[in-house]
Amino acid sequence: MSILVLADLHEGQLAGATAHVVAAAQAIGGDIDILVAGEGVQAAADAAAKLDGINKVRVADNAVYAHQLAEPMGALLVELADGYSHVLASASTTGKNVLPRLAALKDVSQLSDVLGVESADTFLRPIYAGNAIATVKSDDALKVITIRTTGFDAVGTSGSATIEAVDFVADNSQSSFVKEELAPSDRPELGGAKVVISGGRGMGNGENFKLLNGIADKLGAAIGASRAAVDAGFVPNDMQVGQTGKIVAPDLYIAVGISGAIQHLAGMKDSKVIVAINKDDEAPIFQVADYGLVGDLFEILPELESKL
Amino acid sequence: MKVLVAVKRVIDYNVKIRVKADHSDVDLTNVKMAMNPFCEIAVEEAVRLKEKGVATEVVAVTVGPKAAQEQLRTALALGADRAIHIETDERVESLAVAKLLAKVVDEEQPGLVILGKQAIDTDNNQTGQMLAALTGLPQGTFASEVAVDGDKVNVTREIDGGLQTIALTLPAIVTTDLRLNEPRYAKLPDIMKAKKKPLDVKTPADYGVEVASKVSLLKVESPAERKGGVKVASVDELIDKLKNEAKVL
Ligand SMILES: Cc1cc2nc3c(=O)[nH]c(=O)nc-3n(C[C@H](O)[C@H](O)[C@H](O)COP(=O)(O)OP(=O)(O)OC[C@H]3O[C@@H](n4cnc5c(N)ncnc54)[C@H](O)[C@@H]3O)c2cc1C
Ligand SMILES: Cc1cc2nc3c(=O)[nH]c(=O)nc-3n(C[C@H](O)[C@H](O)[C@H](O)COP(=O)(O)OP(=O)(O)OC[C@H]3O[C@@H](n4cnc5c(N)ncnc54)[C@H](O)[C@@H]3O)c2cc1C
Repeated sequence: MSILVLADLHEGQLAGATAHVVAAAQAIGGDIDILVAGEGVQAAADAAAKLDGINKVRVADNAVYAHQLAEPMGALLVELADGYSHVLASASTTGKNVLPRLAALKDVSQLSDVLGVESADTFLRPIYAGNAIATVKSDDALKVITIRTTGFDAVGTSGSATIEAVDFVADNSQSSFVKEELAPSDRPELGGAKVVISGGRGMGNGENFKLLNGIADKLGAAIGASRAAVDAGFVPNDMQVGQTGKIVAPDLYIAVGISGAIQHLAGMKDSKVIVAINKDDEAPIFQVADYGLVGDLFEILPELESKL
Repeated sequence: MKVLVAVKRVIDYNVKIRVKADHSDVDLTNVKMAMNPFCEIAVEEAVRLKEKGVATEVVAVTVGPKAAQEQLRTALALGADRAIHIETDERVESLAVAKLLAKVVDEEQPGLVILGKQAIDTDNNQTGQMLAALTGLPQGTFASEVAVDGDKVNVTREIDGGLQTIALTLPAIVTTDLRLNEPRYAKLPDIMKAKKKPLDVKTPADYGVEVASKVSLLKVESPAERKGGVKVASVDELIDKLKNEAKVL
């Protein structure tokens, strides 16, 4: 067996998610290659070569792959997929955008959001917002899979794989990049943070989200939000945790002013320890919280910040 | 320009599902079904394009059992002009849905196809991308803004780090994210009118598409149940528990 892993990039650098996808590839077993595609991605390729257990890193460095647009990326994967038994990517917005194109063009199914590997053809994946876990077996010749990174611990970085350039250049006359508005943040990525503190509609407005900053600073936490908080315009969309936002599984998740709708729980209920702060002692979030504190967040947050 | 929207019948998003005792699947007997929320957003966007004079006709299509006609009627009540029901009782997986939709695209020649980004039952998030690949049309997934401009469409996408805007040549495939719009509710007179709008019934065989999949469902289980813990009385007690009991601080 041989596996191709599509590397995730974050502002041109190798994203943390890739080390988790490699771990999933190791659970499947076989030779593992990584594909790094983009423009000016040598540093990302070097970082990928250091991941444990990699056979080789294939680098497609060309302007056509800048911003990893779906059409050229799909064409590149189709070009390279021959000879591999599995192609994996993280279930990031890039992986989700690109991988189904490879599957369709190879006339195979895609398994989305895999969080467990039973064998080389049998996998676990969540359905119904994680309220059920399906075991599915694929008899397709090529297995195309997106990986839920919280299901696999990252591999180490003591490797030294060879790096080889890919010459194939896709053409693309259909889509072009216009602009990107990335929320700048000096906090850890939501997906990789050990501690996450999230605010919901109970925060009242965007200004009040600042109450979370001091606590996040002290705990080295990432800040998340419920969909209600994002929809109300308190915070940007990339902070949404849940079925249709980001899936997180930190050591500590603190939910503040969040009621605990199933769509929100779908994104955080695999956290090791959950704390809920809510003024309604009947809020469903308390049913999953290890520690619940009933009260007004506007009193509790300042006190918590000062006592940490 | 004609707009094609794909809608899927799924379990209502408020329903908490149960796994069958024999672990063969989830139990969907007598649960409330509805249009996938992302598909409602797709219909709304298509109807707004028509109201703005950008679209001339909105065609809704679904693949599913007889009962899925309820969701087509909903789409018609919300403003779609006609509907296509590709009827099957089989479990049709994303690739086969995409193949069927590709045939409909061939036949109808829409300028824009709008789908939901994911169905809330299987959470696959792949049908639109597969359709784009099969038809050779460009894709704008997870859209929070769609602006048709002549023979192009600008799509603002919700990506992990924030927002990305791309320009696509038309015809194109778009999949909706939650913040694209807020769907309207169907009014009673529109629901009545929808009953008279045209609804074509076809089968996968009419399109020459084989729906069988090479993926089999071996079993379905409930995830590890999380038990509620304790309520603490104060911030001090919370910090103490996190430090000394949970050891996460
Ligand atoms: C298709 C679909 C997908 C969805 N995807 C997601 C998703 O990915 N993520 C997500 O989060 N949601 C998602 N939702 C929305 C979800 O159903 C809920 O509407 C949402 O999570 C509610 O957010 P909330 O808990 O912040 O708001 P609310 O439910 O309004 O809860 C606010 C809470 O704050 C508490 N509160 C208010 N004031 C205070 C105070 N002063 N002190 C302490 N507590 C206070 C209240 O008691 C209440 O419990 C989705 C919905 C649909 C239909
Ligand atoms: C292992 C496995 C288990 C399954 N289990 C179940 C199950 O328990 N219950 C069940 O009902 N089905 C089940 N199915 C079938 C499945 O629900 C879907 O019909 C199929 O996977 C389509 O993918 P999706 O809806 O998740 O696609 P997504 O890519 O998540 O859907 C995106 C969008 O595609 C469009 N779309 C998707 N399907 C249709 C459709 N049928 N008609 C029109 N537009 C559509 C919609 O616009 C939708 O918003 C299963 C399939 C597999 C492979």
